[in-house]
Amino acid sequence: MTAPAHDDKHVSWRGRSEQADAERTSAELDDAEAIKELRSRSRRLLGSMMRPHKRSIAALVLILLGQNVATMTAPILVMYGIDHGIPAITDRDDYSVMIAVAVAFAAAAALEYVCMRLYIVQSAKVGNAMLYALRNRVFWKFQRLSVAFHERFTSGRVTARQSSDMESIRELTENGVDDLVLAAMNVVTIAVVMLVIEPLLAVVSLLTFPLMLLLGKWFSRVSAIAYRKARETVALLIVYFVESMGGVRAVQAYRREDRDREIFGRLNYDNRFAQAKGHQQNAIMAGGMRGIGHLATVVVLLFGGWQIMLGNTEIGVLAAFLLYMKRFFDPLNELVQFYNVLQSATAALEKLSGVMDEKIEVAEPENPKRIESPRGELRFENVRFHYREDQVVLPGLDLHVPGGQTVALVGATGAGKTTIAKLVSRFYDPRGGTVRLDGVDLRDLSESDLREGVVMITQENFLFNGTIAENIELGRPGATRDQIVEAARVVGADEFIEELPDGYDTHVRKRGGRLSAGQRQLVVFARAFLADPRVLILDEATSSLDIPSERLVQRALRTILADRTAIIIAHRLSTVEIADRVLVLESGRIIEDGPPESLIDSGGQYAELHRQWEDSLV
Amino acid sequence: MRRYLYPYRYRLALLWTMVLLNICAGLAVPPLVGAAIDGPITDGDLGALWVFAGVIAGVGALDAVLNLIRRYFQTATAMAIEADIREAVYEHLQRLHTGFHDRWQTGQLLARVTVDLGMVRRFFAGGMVFAISSTGMTIIIMVQLFWIEWRLALIVAVAAVPLFLIGRGFFRNYLPAARKEQDQSGEVSSAAEESANGIRAIKALGRGPLMADRFEKEAEKLRVLGIRKNLIAAKSWSAFGAIASTMLGSTLVIGAIMVANGQLTPGLLTAFIMLQLNLLWPIEAAGWVMAHGNEAMSAADRVYEVLDTEPTIRDRPGAKAVDRSSIRGKLAFEGVRFSFDDDDREVLRGVDLEVRPGETLAIAGRTGSGKTTLVSLPSRLNDPTGGRITLDGTDIRDLKLESLRSVVTTAFEEATLFSMSVRENLALGRPNADEHDVEQAVRVAQAEFVYDLPYGLDTRIGEQGLSLSGGQRQRLALARAVVVRPAVLVLDDPLSALDVHTEELVEKALEQVLVDTTALVVVHRPSTVALADRVALLHEGRIAAIGTHSELMEGSPEYVDVLSAEAEGVAA
Repeated sequence: MTAPAHDDKHVSWRGRSEQADAERTSAELDDAEAIKELRSRSRRLLGSMMRPHKRSIAALVLILLGQNVATMTAPILVMYGIDHGIPAITDRDDYSVMIAVAVAFAAAAALEYVCMRLYIVQSAKVGNAMLYALRNRVFWKFQRLSVAFHERFTSGRVTARQSSDMESIRELTENGVDDLVLAAMNVVTIAVVMLVIEPLLAVVSLLTFPLMLLLGKWFSRVSAIAYRKARETVALLIVYFVESMGGVRAVQAYRREDRDREIFGRLNYDNRFAQAKGHQQNAIMAGGMRGIGHLATVVVLLFGGWQIMLGNTEIGVLAAFLLYMKRFFDPLNELVQFYNVLQSATAALEKLSGVMDEKIEVAEPENPKRIESPRGELRFENVRFHYREDQVVLPGLDLHVPGGQTVALVGATGAGKTTIAKLVSRFYDPRGGTVRLDGVDLRDLSESDLREGVVMITQENFLFNGTIAENIELGRPGATRDQIVEAARVVGADEFIEELPDGYDTHVRKRGGRLSAGQRQLVVFARAFLADPRVLILDEATSSLDIPSERLVQRALRTILADRTAIIIAHRLSTVEIADRVLVLESGRIIEDGPPESLIDSGGQYAELHRQWEDSLV
Repeated sequence: MRRYLYPYRYRLALLWTMVLLNICAGLAVPPLVGAAIDGPITDGDLGALWVFAGVIAGVGALDAVLNLIRRYFQTATAMAIEADIREAVYEHLQRLHTGFHDRWQTGQLLARVTVDLGMVRRFFAGGMVFAISSTGMTIIIMVQLFWIEWRLALIVAVAAVPLFLIGRGFFRNYLPAARKEQDQSGEVSSAAEESANGIRAIKALGRGPLMADRFEKEAEKLRVLGIRKNLIAAKSWSAFGAIASTMLGSTLVIGAIMVANGQLTPGLLTAFIMLQLNLLWPIEAAGWVMAHGNEAMSAADRVYEVLDTEPTIRDRPGAKAVDRSSIRGKLAFEGVRFSFDDDDREVLRGVDLEVRPGETLAIAGRTGSGKTTLVSLPSRLNDPTGGRITLDGTDIRDLKLESLRSVVTTAFEEATLFSMSVRENLALGRPNADEHDVEQAVRVAQAEFVYDLPYGLDTRIGEQGLSLSGGQRQRLALARAVVVRPAVLVLDDPLSALDVHTEELVEKALEQVLVDTTALVVVHRPSTVALADRVALLHEGRIAAIGTHSELMEGSPEYVDVLSAEAEGVAA
């Protein structure tokens, strides 16, 4: 975010973050060395996109060649018809030449038609296949990147990469790649023809070529910067849009509209000028190209006229030359606009290559180990963890949870409860030490084995777009309707679900907006129960429930957790009390450990908490 | 659309003038070159040639400069118009009620303000200019052709018939195809956006591959639609090319026969055909331009789909403004009914409730009894489908929405935090809040942890405040509501994620704030009830009982069931 100093007032709302570039991928810095790396990286990505389509692309080039031949033939045939066909008719009453020309013309037109049609269809197939593959690759990459990455990068940016950046690349595949190839062929052909007809004049007319190269080089240098910047401004715009639309209830309830509009307007304004910049540089280049074209005409006219006066060449040659030059420059002028699309797509590709090259912090092992005898036993061995260097969350935790045990974690905010949960579900890897499930380091488990074994219910209660049944089914894809209903029944969600207009097939709307927080929590609970893991982690999973629902959930928990390992984080001791064992945490250390009843009698911290809680009931 | 172009009318007029001048300058060069060849070069007059060269260079430079300036401003203008429309859409979206937003995926909305607007802009800046200038050129050339030889020109004109027919068919097929592709592109964005937002839920269940699978299905649909659209294009575009070539061939052959019969001179035929060559490119490019035009049209439709959605919650005619100082804070529900628009069963079935000025009233009820719906009504996030809500005796729909929401503030159970500074998040409802207000709110909500963040109140907290715990997020949301200091405070279970100890501290502090504030608080716990002067039990969409906590504990078995932990097992 490089905003001029006087804009500080407008930028301060974003606040400061740990690192200035916290929201970028590490592959997104912009010093010279990094840009070089960026270029080669995006070239690699492009290569990998095109490689599977090598043959099709070669075929496309052939088709274009055919088309080029066909289009170039038409003027030649016209000339031939005028020069030879007409005299033959008028002089000798001989129609054969003209008929031959007509047939050739028909053939050329047919070839052009076939080639063009083939090209459009084939290029659409290749282009869409490439985009499809890229979309899936990027999506899958984002899925594998760690939670820490996502928290830094924000969902708005993830969305921006997959919408606006993809769109830039789509635009490139739809527009003008054929024009580029055709123009290149054209330019080469004409240059060769001119050199053959009259080498000296050709050399003079091509003198302007270096000027064009210089102009092109200037444009590609400055516009790369401009378009890179524009990708960034549009991402910021998208991030803000997505967040303020996602949180529109809060926006309306707090009358945030004006302020939002001000900030969005500012981002919109920044983006408008950033986008315009590249296009305006393109306008300069386009104007420059036209100027160079005219300059070339003048030079050829002067030099050619002089040569004619000296008797070195003829007027016909000069006229032909001038015509060719027009056909040399006209497609170039068209091409200049295409260059724009190309540069924008290149910048988008750079951004995407940054994502593709981002190191996966919590990576799947290459050679995963299998768990021999699944019991659900958890072991922390001297586990150290921090989010920020200066704030150690876990200084060295040792903990053994035998299979089947239900452990409740208790402690103040920041004591490390949620961190333990996140380590067990491998949202993060420990900075030191190991976490083992049934004796195997979590880092050695395949993703699918790990998730089969460990499921966490997070504090978010996230529902996906779709019906209630679909949301529950996420716990075990492919579950039957009976199983889904049973899961809902066990946690006591069936009652409210059946009262909805379409029961289990009721659409929950965006983020489950149709349901209350408590209802969402019940659906998420049903989802986790359906998943049926060996280790279940509940992170504040009952906070939004009312007492009757909580009662039901607790009754269900008693049966469900009987033969399962569970880690429960709850500030409501009602939920804690179903645990076999309670751990009281303070600054990442276990200070009390034992069955709840014995801790109550011991007179420690837990006993105090318990007393407060009992007081709070009625 | 006109509305957005109007402010730029002078600029646009200037632009079109430049386009015309530019075409003229461009067209002036070839005749000058011809004249130079026929004149000085043929005569061998080097001095005159220099003069010609100078003139051509001058005109050429003018052409180049005009071109440069035109494109430069064309871009700036198109971008400005795009930005204006984007802002208008954003503003409009903000005014649409939450029901609209619940139904529309964010990705679809996003696609409309980015991709679709971009298409409209590109057509304005590129395709349209090209279409108009090539139409002009075609007309000029056609006039010249008729001038040279009208019979041959008729053949050229006849070609317009198939071009028109194919063009019409193209419009009919391409437009819906483009629309489908754009809609699907929005679906893909939505899938991407949702998976990014739900990444923790997905990871916690290990459903990444499943989501990737689903995404792939959407992307596959998009791929197929993209190809289908181009199949339509291929048919028409290649036909355009073929028609242009056929037209050229026919004139050549027929012209030759006419020459042979002495009806036409070879020189005129040559001139005719040379001119006709200039028509080829506009015809061939017509398909491309039409495609862009079509895409821009359906993109504009998609934008207007949003812009044309009328906000259902808005000021009634003659609505009055209220402000904090004139409000006593008597909030009354009179026979309030509510049902979702896709459901004829009512969530609220006639709620009568009165909250006295300065009173704190708690609402208890089982999951699904309509509590959350009820609390969305006083600040008009939803409007009741029956009955009315009054503030100091005035129907809240007769108050200006903006002012109503400044005196009635609602805090939700799920704290929506934005990736902005803590301060900005706290001052959401009162941007001009000073340091003292913020400090006080932080203290009331027991949210002092914010001072320990790396940059204190200036720290950017993550999206949805994910680097914070549930309890911390909730305390921030509460502080945010307290900062506003409204006359009526509506809290949806504001303390659910707090531990008992913190809850007690918050309640103590909150009590002082609530002394002169009317409050409606949804509660799930007996501990939170302590805040309230009275409690109302919401049961099956009606107020089943109302009174103090102890009265209800004695008189209402339903209340006991909802709120008492003692009933069964919970306290164990």
